[in-house]
Amino acid sequence: MSGALLVGALREPQSVAVLDSPGWNALIAAARPERLIGTLALRVDEALTPAAVRPILADARLDAEREARQALWEADRAAEALGAPVLLLKGTAYVAAGLKAGKGRFIGDLDILVPRERMDDVEAGLRSAGWEWVKQDDYDDAYYRQWMHELPPMIHCERDRMIDVHHTILPLTARQTPDAKAMMADAVAITERLSVLSPEDMVCHSVAHLLADGDLAGGLRNLWDIHCLLDNVDAERLAARAERHGMGRHVAQAQRLAAALYGSGVRQRLTVWDRLVIWRLLARDGWGRETRKLLRFAFYLRSHWLRMPPMMLARHLFTKWRKGYRPV
Amino acid sequence: MRHQLSLRIGPASFRIGSAWRQPVAQLAQLYADYPQVGGEVADFTVRLEPAGPLRQWVRPSIFITGDHGLADAAPMSLTHGLLAAEMGMNLQMALGWRRHLLLHASSVEKDGRVLIMTGESGSGKSTLAAQLGERGWRLMGDEFALLDLVTGSVFPFPRLISLKNEAIGVVAGEAPGERMGPLLKGTAKGDIRHLVPRADAVARMEEGAKPALLLFPRFGHAADVRPVGQGEVFMRLTQASTNYVALGEPGFRALTRFVQEVPARAIDFPSGEAAMALVQQLWDERT
Repeated sequence: MSGALLVGALREPQSVAVLDSPGWNALIAAARPERLIGTLALRVDEALTPAAVRPILADARLDAEREARQALWEADRAAEALGAPVLLLKGTAYVAAGLKAGKGRFIGDLDILVPRERMDDVEAGLRSAGWEWVKQDDYDDAYYRQWMHELPPMIHCERDRMIDVHHTILPLTARQTPDAKAMMADAVAITERLSVLSPEDMVCHSVAHLLADGDLAGGLRNLWDIHCLLDNVDAERLAARAERHGMGRHVAQAQRLAAALYGSGVRQRLTVWDRLVIWRLLARDGWGRETRKLLRFAFYLRSHWLRMPPMMLARHLFTKWRKGYRPV
Repeated sequence: MRHQLSLRIGPASFRIGSAWRQPVAQLAQLYADYPQVGGEVADFTVRLEPAGPLRQWVRPSIFITGDHGLADAAPMSLTHGLLAAEMGMNLQMALGWRRHLLLHASSVEKDGRVLIMTGESGSGKSTLAAQLGERGWRLMGDEFALLDLVTGSVFPFPRLISLKNEAIGVVAGEAPGERMGPLLKGTAKGDIRHLVPRADAVARMEEGAKPALLLFPRFGHAADVRPVGQGEVFMRLTQASTNYVALGEPGFRALTRFVQEVPARAIDFPSGEAAMALVQQLWDERT
């Protein structure tokens, strides 16, 4: 399974020295869709790679550099549009703060966190600076506004880059309710215009998205983020902060998972649930295809179960299905 | 994947996997004289997958994807499997290649200098390149011209030439039948038939050369030649490039240099023969 191959290469970069050509093909085919090829390219020592692999990894490093440059530029544009400092989340925050988690990281959208009471101003500010709605569908738009933790995604009309404006951490219907106000209060300024979450809140935020939300698609990268972010935190402060956000159990699980997949030291005992999550995370074959279809579908259902009360979930899935959406 | 083949085309290598035998068998036959690179590390993986759980057997339908994919790509019929494989390789190049500036253009070479032709689908650039390739020029490719970021040379990417509709009859009259692929009827772009480039194009597919003339052909109009200003050439080429933005500053420098050094003309022509004459005339006049 190439998911395991990818995890092994990130954990111990020198282990790639033993790979043959089919092994490299499988590793690259997994790293690209998991969006970890840039990270891999920065960790692996060129001297250990065959000649045919070097240009592939060099290209990935180039792409990662561009991602970082573009992400910082977008963050700057958003701060300019809002006329106020912006609190960055996820990839852009890691790059802006120069963290290990940002090294080689693929960055899709710009994610920012703003107080809920400022949402109307923020929306107006972004629209006048050229951002437009992506979703034309009235159901989706109303759904986002009523139930989600973010505005419907917007895209810049000239630069084609998306922005996600969050006002809290998880959907309003979710079972956990991390304290976004506390996160904003403890944010750390890194320039005059940009700030990021405190190291402990960064972990909580990343864990919330990996384990209390979503179906774990692309989870290997999120877990890599967490693995890197854990280097910067104080264990006691993290535990206290996780309790405050109602995330104690999830943070503890993320620590076990990160140690099991990416850690080099002693591993903690894994639960059956941990093993299921790992099985889901590693579901990719040597051609880059996602495998374990039933398991993935189960996680997809679970992600919705976590987000919504049962009747609402049934109504939502029915509406999406009628519109032609198929999950897998 | 059940069926697979690895190929090198110009500087790029592909590992193509398919749920069905037919597309891979057709590729193997048409690319028989290309370097077979099975067992090596490929630059790209291409996958031809069933578009749905049952679509491997019932009304077989191909979803084209790989290292780089488009989520909303329309599925294709298995009878067009060869085209799907070709599109799969194009897709990987268009979205993933970073080692050259990619120009969506056809190109041919003579006396160590390259003629590049670019334009919308239907402009006649493939047909022109195919015909020139049968008449003493070295065909470099009909889809992408690869512009070196440092030296300014153009490198070939000589995949099968994709001939559409009327162009099939025009070129089939000049090229021997054994170099023509099967006729694919009723694709999204009408009828398509592939032509295998001549042996010299394949043998010299790693050999680049300096660009000498850029043409913007337009089929179906009275014969005409117009100069094109550098600003317009630059804009049209950024639109004809799939990786211009991704390359950043090196891409900008390479394209600026190309625009400044290579003379450009727009040409209109009513027929293939008129085009051949126009091209030859402009080639001889170039400074």
